This record gives sequence, structure tokens and C-alpha cells, in this order.
Amino acid sequence: MLIIDCPYCGKRDEAEFHYGGEAHIVRPENPSELSDEAWAEYLFMRSNTKGRFLERWVHSEGCRRWFNMARNTANNEVEAVYLMGETPPKEVSK
Amino acid sequence: MADSYLRQSALASLHLIARANQADSNAGLSMGERGFLCQWVVRGDAGNAVFASAVKDVTGCDLPIEPNTVQGSGYINVLWLGPDEWLIVAPDGSDAGPRLDEACKDIHAAVTDVSESRTVIVLAGEHARDVLAKGCALDFHARSFVVDQCAQSTLAHMHVIVHQRSDAPEFDVYVHRSFAESLWQWLEDAAAEYGFAVSNPV
Repeated sequence: MLIIDCPYCGKRDEAEFHYGGEAHIVRPENPSELSDEAWAEYLFMRSNTKGRFLERWVHSEGCRRWFNMARNTANNEVEAVYLMGETPPKEVSK
Repeated sequence: MADSYLRQSALASLHLIARANQADSNAGLSMGERGFLCQWVVRGDAGNAVFASAVKDVTGCDLPIEPNTVQGSGYINVLWLGPDEWLIVAPDGSDAGPRLDEACKDIHAAVTDVSESRTVIVLAGEHARDVLAKGCALDFHARSFVVDQCAQSTLAHMHVIVHQRSDAPEFDVYVHRSFAESLWQWLEDAAAEYGFAVSNPV
């Protein structure tokens, strides 16, 4: 079981959270001008990283706020937690 | 007509008031329902002086900025639910919500009446912490969960807001109305080993 450090509530049990997929996926500016392949790339294609991965989580049973987390997918170590809209802290940026 | 419906608390079908008359003074804790509270969810910017002073004027409480804390005036409690979200709880008949709504009409804020959404189960007594700890991952030790602290979590997989009201200790457990009976039955089972009395909290 993971202990996740919610940026608002502090350390809480993983069971209070839900996973929101890869972070920092930017919606294309002009979706109508995209090819089907490019749109599918945005909608569906995600990296499947082994190691450090930047992802979104929501504290669904607590304050219900979204935030970003850098987690190592190989050993589940939580390396950093930072707010929505922020860039990753220097120590975890790729 | 909407104003003449038979208003019942979420646990009315359990006839807790009748059971409260048979209270056992040797019980390790007491449990009861505090129903019919007025509750409003308030959204706003804590940094906005107009908003903060409107809350202060209407409720008599400072806006709790510290996460998971409660500001109470004895009559009204303001619970922190999120960085821009609070729950105002007042006794039946309070007009705090409409007054706050009026005071906030010129700023970016929202006051929503959620009075009927949750009921409150009160747990009090020396084993109240033990009972909560059976179904919730939060640390309820007196060292880490203190008076006027609140938290949103799950108790026996049901979403709850827990607020410690006093050192007795006395906890208010806010639970969604449709889960209230299920949570009560779980609590009865969890409290059985300590012995419990049904109370009639006001």
C-alpha cells in the first residue's frame, strides 16, 4: 500500500486516491485541423515508462483536488508531488 | 406541498431516541444521531478580504485556512474541506446560508445548501477512537488527531467527514444520508466489544 502525500491534506492512504493517467498531455490548439492519426495520438497514446513517470492523481475521498505526482513505476517510490499547472520540480524533470 | 412533507432524520427508522432511554452508564462509548443540521458548502477565495469578512460576520468564525481544521463559535462550525471549499454547519433553523449568500453576491463565491445530504453520527467516550480506527486508515491517536481537527476519508469504505469536537473525545461523523443506516450498523458491530449506549445528542 502506498502512502501518498496530498499537497493539501498531507500523508494519506493510497485507497483515498484515484489515478488520472499521464500528466502534462497538452490538448492540441486546433483539433479540427488535425489528422485522425494526430488526434488519436493525443487521445489514446501514452508512454508506458518503466521508472520515473509523471502522472495525475486526485484525492477523491479527501479534498477532491487534482495534483501531479512523480512516481517510479518499477518500485512505486513517490519522488515528488506538485500542484496542477506547475512544472515538475527540478530533481524529477526529465 | 413541499413545505409540509414528513421530515425524518436519516436514521429515524432505527428509533434511536427510544433506545437512548435505556442508556448503559458502564458503556465504553455512546453513539447517537445529530440530525436536522443546517449545512452549506461554501466556495470562495480565502485571499479575498470581502469573502473572508463575510464568513466572519455571518458565522462569527474565522475562515479555517489550515487544512483539515475547524473554526467553531459554539453555535456554528466551519469545516475546511479544500483550499477553496468549506462546510458551514449550524443548528436547525439557522439562516446563516442565505445571509452569507447575500453578503457574497458581488464576489466570485458560491453558497450551496446541502443540509439534507448528510447526517451526523456522534461517537463519544473513551473507546470512540478505537471504533473509528477499525474502519479508517487515519491516525486517531490523541497525539495526532486533536480537538477541532477534521478529515475527509472513508470509514468502512463509506465516505465520511470526521470532526473531533471535544477531548472526551467526542467525534461528529458526517455521512451521506443513504449510507447512514449501513454505517450505523457497522458502528454497532465495531462498538459491541466495548459496550455502547445510544445517546440522544442535541
